[in-house]
Amino acid sequence: MIFAEMFSYAFLTRALAVGVLVSLCSALLGVSLVLKRYSMIGDGLSHVGFGALAVAVAFNLAPLAVAVPVVVLSAFLLLRISRSSAVKGDAAIAMISSGALAVGVIVISLTTGMNTDVSNYMFGSILALSTADARLSAALSVCVLALFVLFYPRIFAVTFDETFAKATGTRADLYNTLIAVLTAVTVVIGMRMMGALLISALIIFPPLSAMRTCRTFRSVTICSAAVSVVCFVAGMAASYAWELPTGPAVVVVNMLAFGVFSLIGMTKHK
Amino acid sequence: MAILKCENVSFAYDGENVLEGVDFELNAGDYLCVVGENGSGKSTLIKGLLGLKAPRGGKITMGGGLKPTEIGYLPQQTELQKDFPASVREVVMSGRLNSLGTRLFFSAEDKKAAAANMERMGIDDIADKCYQELSGGQQQRVLLARAMCATKKLLLLDEPVTGLDPVAQNEMYNLIKLINLCDGITVIMVSHDIHEAVRYATHILHLGNRQLFFGTAADYRQSDPARRFLGGDRT
Repeated sequence: MIFAEMFSYAFLTRALAVGVLVSLCSALLGVSLVLKRYSMIGDGLSHVGFGALAVAVAFNLAPLAVAVPVVVLSAFLLLRISRSSAVKGDAAIAMISSGALAVGVIVISLTTGMNTDVSNYMFGSILALSTADARLSAALSVCVLALFVLFYPRIFAVTFDETFAKATGTRADLYNTLIAVLTAVTVVIGMRMMGALLISALIIFPPLSAMRTCRTFRSVTICSAAVSVVCFVAGMAASYAWELPTGPAVVVVNMLAFGVFSLIGMTKHK
Repeated sequence: MAILKCENVSFAYDGENVLEGVDFELNAGDYLCVVGENGSGKSTLIKGLLGLKAPRGGKITMGGGLKPTEIGYLPQQTELQKDFPASVREVVMSGRLNSLGTRLFFSAEDKKAAAANMERMGIDDIADKCYQELSGGQQQRVLLARAMCATKKLLLLDEPVTGLDPVAQNEMYNLIKLINLCDGITVIMVSHDIHEAVRYATHILHLGNRQLFFGTAADYRQSDPARRFLGGDRT
């Protein structure tokens, strides 16, 4: 019923399609990120994305064309910094993330002023997606999905035991970089809809929910993807039905899902 | 025939030597135990042998068709793995990664090799169990099966019995000796437990930021470093 009504709006259909793809990507990558203790990387990258979007709008440039390369670059940088150990991983992320946020806010206040645009960047808006954006987002998501599936055995090995993977000749650094770059692309695509402050929820909630009940890497991955898509669609329906902001609605549904999975996990394993 | 040869190898961190004068040769089928106190350079030597750290001086050569990426490595467990959701089968399979080459996915042959190694380690009945729910001894056997998947010639074991109860320790030692004797696989084991080391190994390498001793286990018992070390406390 409600879905039939939603599909009658072109922009909602578009948002739903891109959202489902982004949810899939973020849930898959999230499994590896959460297990490698890199949960905050999504958060850091989304703030960089916010800064990049603000600059792009200020100079009248295409938002995705600016944000994707900038965020991919900072993903490289984050990995490099966290490895060089002068600044530890979590501190490096916090530093870059708040720095980029500050720059973004300053650029916005100097140009358009603090208005609804800023709030849209921060908390997302499903109206932000143009047809061209939607096409590009869909294409990028499909690339992310394909790469994840193709390199699945290697991603597992690098996630589970980086030293062993390296010792047996797997180029662990290459796959770490691949994961970071794919995350960067996913974050940029997703943050228009979910908002810079909320996109990281898409990365960490579904894997954490899946890990409450599943006990193998494969089942966690599949469950995480399913949870993510279901929560996104449910969140969007809720946002349509009760006129809630989409990003927060999706996050709240994810929180509920996490609660349910935790309960199931507790009864199953104790 | 020498399967591994170290010629006056040294390693440094930040320009400072942490290990020097490592000079030994291993033949196929040898069982070498590397002993020494904490910080004596054991872990550094392992990284060097695995090709993860370049030596500052000297030369490490491998013979008998052994490639550095074909060493079966059993690392010390990390914090991260304690709550990692993975089945025994998934972990063991990842040992076949170096046989993938440019292929993307595991073949039936890879699966067969993994199954065979799980059977040998007596973990085929728990293949679909979750790694994190196993006992310490079972976990080590899973990692040993993974290491066996990665090699036909050389196993490199980093303190494989640390944290195990005495029964599991004995099982692990016997399993390693069995692999060494039956399959003729060369074993290099880093160990704290020098008494067990002397019992099972054919050769001993004693490190203390330099090479203090290398020779057969029998000779080692009579040597100076051994007398000091064997008489001392067991860490």
